[in-house]
Amino acid sequence: MEEIIKVENLTHTYGVGTPFERSAVEGMSLSVYRGELLGLIGHTGSGKSTLIQHLNGLLRPTAGRVLLDGQDIWAEPKKIRDVRFRVGLVFQYPEYQLFEETAYRDIAFGPTNMGLSGEELDRRVRDAARFAGLDERLLDKSPFTLSGGQKRRVAIAGVIAMEPEVLVLDEPSAGLDPRGREELLEHIRAYHRERGNTVVLVSHSMEEIARYADRIVVLARGRTLMSGTPREVFSRGSELVRAGLDVPQATRVAMELQKRGLAIDPAVYTVEDLAAALLALRKGGGC
Amino acid sequence: MLKDITLGQYFPGDTLAHRLDPRTKLLAVVCYIVAIFSCHTLWAYGTMALTLAVAARISKVSARALFRGLRPVLFIITFTAVLNLFYTPGETLWTWWVLRVTREGLYTALAMVTRITLLITGTFLLTYTTSPIRLTDGLESLLAPLKKLRVPVHELAMMMSIALRFIPTLIEETDKIMSAQKARGADFESGGLIRRAKALIPLLVPLFISAFRRADELATAMECRCYHGGEGRTKLHVLHFAARDYAVLAFYIVLAAAIVALG
Repeated sequence: MEEIIKVENLTHTYGVGTPFERSAVEGMSLSVYRGELLGLIGHTGSGKSTLIQHLNGLLRPTAGRVLLDGQDIWAEPKKIRDVRFRVGLVFQYPEYQLFEETAYRDIAFGPTNMGLSGEELDRRVRDAARFAGLDERLLDKSPFTLSGGQKRRVAIAGVIAMEPEVLVLDEPSAGLDPRGREELLEHIRAYHRERGNTVVLVSHSMEEIARYADRIVVLARGRTLMSGTPREVFSRGSELVRAGLDVPQATRVAMELQKRGLAIDPAVYTVEDLAAALLALRKGGGC
Repeated sequence: MLKDITLGQYFPGDTLAHRLDPRTKLLAVVCYIVAIFSCHTLWAYGTMALTLAVAARISKVSARALFRGLRPVLFIITFTAVLNLFYTPGETLWTWWVLRVTREGLYTALAMVTRITLLITGTFLLTYTTSPIRLTDGLESLLAPLKKLRVPVHELAMMMSIALRFIPTLIEETDKIMSAQKARGADFESGGLIRRAKALIPLLVPLFISAFRRADELATAMECRCYHGGEGRTKLHVLHFAARDYAVLAFYIVLAAAIVALG
């Protein structure tokens, strides 16, 4: 697989030279492969937010490098804006960044900054709205009259409209109700499948990551703790728990059953898998 | 970038200067300012500079941090220095074209620069060692007599502490919105004046909206906890004068009196 983003030994220190000096990320390395849906998981304070702001050059590394398609993104600092168009970043609670008179114009802000106009701009705005699951009729409304969930979709569409090669979303479902969460994540998955673009999904919810990601990277205390397929990561469930992280409910049940002497695979991570494993066990006469 | 603003920034610590009652520090700063404006001799300026240096040493504030606070007023300092240097009448030292430097001008310019520097760094020392909450507490307590004249002292202090409390929050928010718009290709750093002003719209609109939202939420939260102004309100941290406060205060009063009388 081809690496689209490679982070090498990244260190970022805030407040150098003040009493508040603190390293959020220390010697972190990470690869993002072209076309994958990568799940990035970690506690509050694990350095997730700091890391992703390096991916599109909003923060400059204190030490280490960030490579995009093999090129150091800081090789030419003047061209850092182009990097931001290629790696689209959706912040946490992105609805607070809306400012235009209509949702349409807000979504068009990014592509307009890229120098697009006319038909291409219109196509991108409408495509992005569709991918974000935003009703066409809402496009002419003021973003401030929309509901919280709709506002968030406008904000996400605003980044998708730049048609970035890599879409990074920081906790896109935070603060939504369960149904809103699922709908939004389904839209993101559909976008990923239809476009085949790379998506990095940041979350602290194991359930969410387990369900949607092809591959998972676990961060803890500013470093990469482990990475692999959901199966690989959750088979090391006890390590995750020791690092103070959650495991999906299904994994927890399986781990608990295994502890009590049942020959069940502890790496299951969805309710469906768990049910299948239990059924298989029953058929095999295991319990 | 915005976080570099040191205006009124508090550096937590546990030194004598941090432990002093905020009222002591406020009154000491008043004495200090009176003394600075009464300085006329080199000796007086020297004494004040020494006082500042000792105070800074006790507070464990580095000279670098202290002088960083001067950056925003650098322009004013230069401006006054230049004006005084060239426009004070007196004995001519040096002329070139229409510019004329006099002995008196040179002295006044140097005195003004020293005064402003001592003034700003001295007051910065107060905000470096006193948290905004304690500062407004002290202010409220010192101004309490004005309540008799129906000055809404408590309300003013509350407004001040809320404003101070929200400065870092708003700066953080500004940073966040700026990053979010930069991620969509917004450019705050290039172009002419009009273009730059226009580029601020995507920053200011969300910032205002969130400030109003926060104000609304805060008001609701305060009402939910039955806030109804200062009437009959008690304090969690009651201010106490300790021996060190009397000592520091006495020192500053003597210092001010001595400089006014002799300087």
